[in-house]
Amino acid sequence: MTVKEIFETMDYGPAPEDARPAMDWLEGNDRRFGLFIGGAFRAPLSGRHFETVNPADEVTLAHVAEAGAADVDAAVAAARKAQPGWARRSGHARARHLYALARLVQKHARLLAVLETLDNGKPIRESRDIDIPLVARHFYYHAGAAQLMETEMPGQAPLGVCGQVIPWNFPLLMLAWKIAPALAMGNTVVLKPAEQTPLTALLFAEICREAGLPAGVVNILTGAGETGAALVAHAGVDKVAFTGSTTIGRRIRAATAGQGKRLTLELGGKSPFIVFDDADLDSAVEGLVDAIWFNQGEVCCAGSRLLVQESVADGFYARLRARMDKLRVGDPLDKAVDVGAIVDRGQLDRITRLVEDGTAEGAQVHRTAAPLPEGGCYYPPTLVTGLDPAAPLMQEEIFGPVLVSTTFRTPAEAVALANNTRYGLAASVWSENINLALDIAPRLAAGVVWVNGTNMFDAAAGFGGRRESGFGREGGREGLYAYTRKIPAATPRRLVARQGAARAAPRAGDGIDRTAKLYIGGKQARPDGGYAMPVAGPRGRLAGHVGLGNRKDIRNAVEAARKADAWGRTHGHQRAQILYFIAENLSARAAEFAARIRAMTGQQIKAATAEVDAAVQRLFTYAAWADKYDGAAHDVPMRGMALAMNEPVGVIGAICSDAAPLLGLVSVMGPAVAMGNTCVLVPSETAPLAATDFYQVLDTSDLPGGVVNIVTGRHGDLAGPLAGHLDVDAVWCFGAAELSAPIEAESAGNLKRTWVNDGLGRDWAGPDGEGQEFLRQATEVKNIWVPWGA
Amino acid sequence: MQTSTHAQAGAKVPDLPQVQPQRNPGTALDLDWVAAVQANTSAIERRAKTLPGRRSVKKDWQAAWLLRAITLIDLTTLAGDDTPGRVRRLCAKARHPVRDDLLEALGMTGTRLTTGAVCVYHEMVPPAVAALAGSGIPVAAVSTGFPAGLSPLHLRIAEIEESVKAGADEIDIVISRRHVLTGDWQALYDEMRAFRAACGPAHVKAILATGELGTLRNVARASLVCMMAGADFIKTSTGKEPVNATLPVSLTMLRAIRDYGARTGHAVGFKPAGGISKAKDALTWMTLMKEELGDDWLRPHLFRFGASSLLGDIERQLEHHVTGHYSAGYRHPMG
Repeated sequence: MTVKEIFETMDYGPAPEDARPAMDWLEGNDRRFGLFIGGAFRAPLSGRHFETVNPADEVTLAHVAEAGAADVDAAVAAARKAQPGWARRSGHARARHLYALARLVQKHARLLAVLETLDNGKPIRESRDIDIPLVARHFYYHAGAAQLMETEMPGQAPLGVCGQVIPWNFPLLMLAWKIAPALAMGNTVVLKPAEQTPLTALLFAEICREAGLPAGVVNILTGAGETGAALVAHAGVDKVAFTGSTTIGRRIRAATAGQGKRLTLELGGKSPFIVFDDADLDSAVEGLVDAIWFNQGEVCCAGSRLLVQESVADGFYARLRARMDKLRVGDPLDKAVDVGAIVDRGQLDRITRLVEDGTAEGAQVHRTAAPLPEGGCYYPPTLVTGLDPAAPLMQEEIFGPVLVSTTFRTPAEAVALANNTRYGLAASVWSENINLALDIAPRLAAGVVWVNGTNMFDAAAGFGGRRESGFGREGGREGLYAYTRKIPAATPRRLVARQGAARAAPRAGDGIDRTAKLYIGGKQARPDGGYAMPVAGPRGRLAGHVGLGNRKDIRNAVEAARKADAWGRTHGHQRAQILYFIAENLSARAAEFAARIRAMTGQQIKAATAEVDAAVQRLFTYAAWADKYDGAAHDVPMRGMALAMNEPVGVIGAICSDAAPLLGLVSVMGPAVAMGNTCVLVPSETAPLAATDFYQVLDTSDLPGGVVNIVTGRHGDLAGPLAGHLDVDAVWCFGAAELSAPIEAESAGNLKRTWVNDGLGRDWAGPDGEGQEFLRQATEVKNIWVPWGA
Repeated sequence: MQTSTHAQAGAKVPDLPQVQPQRNPGTALDLDWVAAVQANTSAIERRAKTLPGRRSVKKDWQAAWLLRAITLIDLTTLAGDDTPGRVRRLCAKARHPVRDDLLEALGMTGTRLTTGAVCVYHEMVPPAVAALAGSGIPVAAVSTGFPAGLSPLHLRIAEIEESVKAGADEIDIVISRRHVLTGDWQALYDEMRAFRAACGPAHVKAILATGELGTLRNVARASLVCMMAGADFIKTSTGKEPVNATLPVSLTMLRAIRDYGARTGHAVGFKPAGGISKAKDALTWMTLMKEELGDDWLRPHLFRFGASSLLGDIERQLEHHVTGHYSAGYRHPMG
């Protein structure tokens, strides 16, 4: 076209970013890459390579090594060897390395951006303006975290070797989210990038060398699913961090069960984008562009489920369709392209099939008017309206540029629809009424809520989900705790596996026979099975009976706990008063409880009395914390605030310690209840009568029914149903050694959080029996982003 | 390559030079509509901030777009020391904004290329009209006690009538900011109606002086009320406020234009003014127009830049495009 013609048509022309420097880099490596192990690239022991392809034109970019089992061994060994030395360095020394990484990422920013776009298909604008700057920002933030670790996180130690598996949608950014906090806290890593997008990780490996990072601190293993599976299952790995699909996350949870590994999962989502009638509708439309047409919709926290108030829905859809027709789909290297290529043909086929199957009946489909490029993996931005909540497209994660929508009538209905999902990653709320928006945000089941915005990220604010979107947070302080462990004050004793139930010898009663029941929904309940379990005292004498709880009792208890969730909306002050009152009432009956403990355990009365006293103190501790475990207002680069709110996890099931019959129970109940959770407690199997006495204390202390439920019985029988229950949000286990593995395995069903003892005991009477570790386990951090502007 | 010619929800104005597009006749004042207007400042700022990174015109496209930008300029002088001689010089530049050798190199020979208008104070209207006779370039006059707009209403109306009588084709009026700041939409509507009536056949541009309106929501509401009262254009600023044309303010006004067009079918023009002095700024604003309203708003009947020094930068950029060398200001005839 001539200038004169363009002068008339006023079209956009091509605006290509030059790919040559990235191609030169590939050529310089002969388009063939080894594995980065122990500070050097080496050929894979597997002898295998695979291709990585540019999805924009489906041309092969390079051949990349496929790490086999022996390669994983070598990388883990290198990381293991490097870890003690890395952890021994001062925080400042680690900070200098992370700072160097941040600076080098900035120096190589354009090369990284172009390479990312070539390998992934995302528009150059996004890799240049969003991905890479966020990568640098993450290393800066965590340089600071390393610098401050010694003073700000006393008593925390690194975990060791981290096995990290990341997805293809934000290849380098996810690498940064994984590597920066791990290194800052003194861990070393073996990271596997996605097989579709390994190139920027390999360039990052070069950057690690340039930064003078000690050999073995960062190891990069390229490969596909098999490599990832070998890495996460490797016995030499202490912590597994995974970002990717819920399906694979569930598999990893099951595969690592009982291995004593720490695990964080950042999985899929179907995040709601809620538009109220008083929203700035044009801005909300623009928000949707950034929510679902950002990165081709291949974003775990994409606002993919539009919920719009019925009164403005038609007008809103009209504006949205008009806006969609302005989106430019095409060559990702073109600086004026909004939507690039889908990462590969497999993903393109998956999106295509999901939409075809999902729009068969009744749905209205609108696609962008602009034609798609010939060849390459492209899918047009798509809006599907007229769907019901039951439609598969409303429930399944599509992971493509497809927005689905339905309407709501009231704020309450908006919340109900928003939470009607197995996922819980992110949410957007659009309203000019701060009163409404700030009421809705805390009620959404999500780890991140954006008010009048979407897809805002920063290293200072934690990111992560609830429900089947996974657990753990990346970024912020909470993200640092995911890469550390508390150094116990007392060396934990290894628990032995239970030797089968002790048989109690019958003994003549010398008073009125007492019947301990279960405690469910604030009422004493007979066990569903109708069986009682004898409790053996010292020398095998019968100390009494408790109900033998079964899976139906667990069901009833969870139901009662869920029903009591209004507890989570009470104030800390109110919860504190009740905890103090429980302590007061327990204290009044201290002698009775001490005698009971003695009768079950045979301890001296002095020791038993000390346990009761410790339980009273512990209740005070959590009463104290109830109104003091504050959230934070993060300093994020935005005019506004990012509020980190500590929310209750929900329903927590806990297997209590056998060792301290009363203190073990109170020590888990205290933090759970103080933080607003409701709970199902399975007390000591061998000495449960203190717990059944304790429900009488609860009954007289104004605790609402259902907040604490107590199910006695055999831990081995109850742990499974509790861990497998899909309406339980977390399971804690302080019981016998053999319980940890099945609990972690069963938890994979709804990907509930688990906190198990891996067969290690705990000194309940000492400082290890309480503290912030418990509070962190009893809370979920929700980051609520509230930009403002007059 | 793809084209993007889909009109936004709103009126599609026939893009034929010989057809005089229908003017916005206005509507009754709809206070419910005005009250329902929302403008989220931080979201609008985010859109405005990312827009320049989302679109890019390079090479021949950039040259063509800059040539188009020239046709959209209201070449302006609004200084206390304006004289007929100064205005004649400006009009000569408006007739002949780019050196012939550059136009020829760009393949634009035979295309009549002038600025969109020349914009002056009332006293300078007669020399401007005389200097532009036969060129087809309209003369715009700022009016109604520009820039503060605080002289008596009957005098402000009389000023419009005088300028129209003197030959002005377009009148840039200033609204009474106090009506916006006190929420007296009826007063604003009535005033604008009166101005429009006084203009008769001359087109009226309503200057909102957005830098003095306090909030983007006020900008959006004032935009709507002025359109309801029959403004042909809405314009950001006099150029004399502390803050003049900004992208967020422009985006807010464009969305109001789009909303008004979608509901009434009437197309209203837009004129950012003040502070737009670089070729790159012009391209950004044109991108904004194309993205938010469509290609019709890249024509002078619906889009103007109020600018005095923009043309000089565009000339330098065009020469750079032609020669490959960065240009100097003195190589281009002054206006």
